[in-house]
Amino acid sequence: MRKRSFFGLSTPTFHYELATESLADPVAIPTPETLTLYIKKELKRSGGDLKVGAAVKTGQRLALSEGDTACAIASACGTICAIEPFLADYGQTWTAVTIQTDGSDEEDAAFAEASQAPSLETLKQYLAACPGEPDVAPLMDPRWPVTTLVIYGGNADLLIDTSLHVFKQNAEAVNAGIEILRKATGIEDIVIVVPEESVQNYSGHLDARIQAVPSQYPQAQPLMVLYHLTGRLPDEKGMAAMGIHFIRAEAVAGIGQAFSTGRLPVEKTIAVIDKQGKKHLARAKVGTPVGRLLKTFGVEINDQDKIIFGGPMTGNAIYSESQPIGLDTDGILVQDRNAIPLYSDYPCINCGDCVRICPANVPVNLLVRFLEAGQYTEGADLYDLYSCIECGLCSYVCVSRIPIYQYIKLAKYELGRITSAEEIDEQ
Amino acid sequence: MNSKKTLIVSHAPFWHDGSGIPERSYHAIIAALPAAVVGIAYYGVPALGVICLAMSTAILWELLLNYASKRPITVANGNAALIGLLLAMVLPASAPWWLVVVGTFLAIVIGMQIFGGLGANPFNPVALAVAILMVSYKTHLDFDAGLVNFSLSFPSMTDPLAALKAFGPAAVEHLNLVDLFMGRQVGGLGSTCGLALTLGGLYLIVRGIIRWEISVAFIAAVFVTAMLFYMVDPTRYASPLFHLLTGYTLFGAFFLATESSSSPVNFVPMLIYGALGGVMTVLIRNIGAYVDGVIFAILLINLINPLVDKIRPKAIGKAA
Repeated sequence: MRKRSFFGLSTPTFHYELATESLADPVAIPTPETLTLYIKKELKRSGGDLKVGAAVKTGQRLALSEGDTACAIASACGTICAIEPFLADYGQTWTAVTIQTDGSDEEDAAFAEASQAPSLETLKQYLAACPGEPDVAPLMDPRWPVTTLVIYGGNADLLIDTSLHVFKQNAEAVNAGIEILRKATGIEDIVIVVPEESVQNYSGHLDARIQAVPSQYPQAQPLMVLYHLTGRLPDEKGMAAMGIHFIRAEAVAGIGQAFSTGRLPVEKTIAVIDKQGKKHLARAKVGTPVGRLLKTFGVEINDQDKIIFGGPMTGNAIYSESQPIGLDTDGILVQDRNAIPLYSDYPCINCGDCVRICPANVPVNLLVRFLEAGQYTEGADLYDLYSCIECGLCSYVCVSRIPIYQYIKLAKYELGRITSAEEIDEQ
Repeated sequence: MNSKKTLIVSHAPFWHDGSGIPERSYHAIIAALPAAVVGIAYYGVPALGVICLAMSTAILWELLLNYASKRPITVANGNAALIGLLLAMVLPASAPWWLVVVGTFLAIVIGMQIFGGLGANPFNPVALAVAILMVSYKTHLDFDAGLVNFSLSFPSMTDPLAALKAFGPAAVEHLNLVDLFMGRQVGGLGSTCGLALTLGGLYLIVRGIIRWEISVAFIAAVFVTAMLFYMVDPTRYASPLFHLLTGYTLFGAFFLATESSSSPVNFVPMLIYGALGGVMTVLIRNIGAYVDGVIFAILLINLINPLVDKIRPKAIGKAA
């Protein structure tokens, strides 16, 4: 963890990892005894088509009821041993499906058939629940036609370079994925975002426009990239209303691979950063419990340590070693209990450190006063809530240690909910 | 896999630069101490007494208010001690005990706690308390009257600003600028030594605890405004350097005007805020009724702080 310099007048600067050193190949984690997958839909009391005890095959689509778009893709063969509700971020209710694996490796045939004719429907049905989580729904929304597709090849946080690593390893698959996306969507303008240090590796090799981003944090945060590309930032209607859509390079590589081999991708490359800050690279099936990975690398977990999915600036802390690797888990960061910064309940003292470090010129000191009081609309209307690019630097420097980043994310989430509720009302 | 280990869960970011409110207060106290020590060296035990009483009663007032309002005990963050120290430094060494106790009550309770405590005060608590004391107990804050029984080895036994106000620049002509800078002048017990105050101020600036823009703008504006007056009529107005080195000018520039919650945070507003403070200081000194204008000037700029801080750069991504 970087501490404040003695010369507090200087502004701290951070750089993204560039995946330039030749990393050893990822350590393959064997299929564990149980896998847990999430279906992003609430589990109804009546149950659904999914039953405990049912046998599943690798690559099989698991949905709560037949017509659902929300689904999970089984990452190994076995039998379903539990279907339980799961409380996700912001109080969203999902369903957790646990599979008892049986060690065999039989591929489900449904996708192989569907992959003969690549279409958005197939992408939505199968690939949306694969690593990288390509969100296809906005591409099919008739209200806001998407004109630009942005393939995001950078890392959205410090320390972690899995995304870039996967991109570098699978440039051909990315190219195949671009072709499929172009055919399926008809979108001509496809942009690939890469760090400026490695532009020369890609220009000319990929069938898309290359956009370089500086390697200084937070210039490669997705919202910052969007701002560099369009000069605007999305409001409560989201990115889709701007006619632009982001897909992660990992997802595009997954699409390319899936359609050329007829098998759905079920593995993720994950960077594990241990308590000493050493980085290990692993390749594991989606749904593998975190504890399994940590054990492989000899990371010992004690009471009151912290395990984080993602990076140090924007990640999510998890509460149990048995939580599974998700579709968007690029990295696992482990913090020792002695290294965890303590929080305080002091109010804002108006020191202005956040205002000076904010890359988006948001008046954070004023905004946070409104968000603390739950006045999200005022925050958005008067104090530039939607200019925030979600980098977390304000909370990093906050003298009063206010969870500013958390307040901002919550405010955006709540306002987004209000907006979508209004849209449903209007229909 | 079902381990029962309790993990700590919290919000992002998971890094922090390690800054905190107690650190800020204690570093500000460290920065103010050299000037206070110079005061003790000149005025002896009475000055030490005022400092100790002010710091301890400030802490007690805050503790009392914490209990009365059933809020968490906050005295450990050092803010009350800092306010006590700063208040003592602007008082004369001769201040009676009750004046100090009333002063810290005004600063902590009236200036801060009733507005909601740390971070919520619209005025600098020290400036507010001193202003009330100045208008309420005039004689006790008159340095000439208060320090008449002290045997000091200063070149002049009168407050330079009071002498200037009463008799014009000729009365202070003999004062050496180096003597003034070293604090060999009658004044507040910890606010006269320009050298120690500047060192403390530079320390705070380098550590990033105060905003240099405010201090620099304040000092520059005092200098420029005093220079304009001096150019108009040197027989009626003192030189700009004299204004810089006397009274509370440097103390105000480094320790009062820069108080976090009552000052702006954006670049241009900080310059306006500081500059306006400097201009008002010289205006009050040269054509106003009061001997020293720093305290009132700072209260006045505190008042315009929310307004000027609206001048800010446009946030990115906003539709034109």
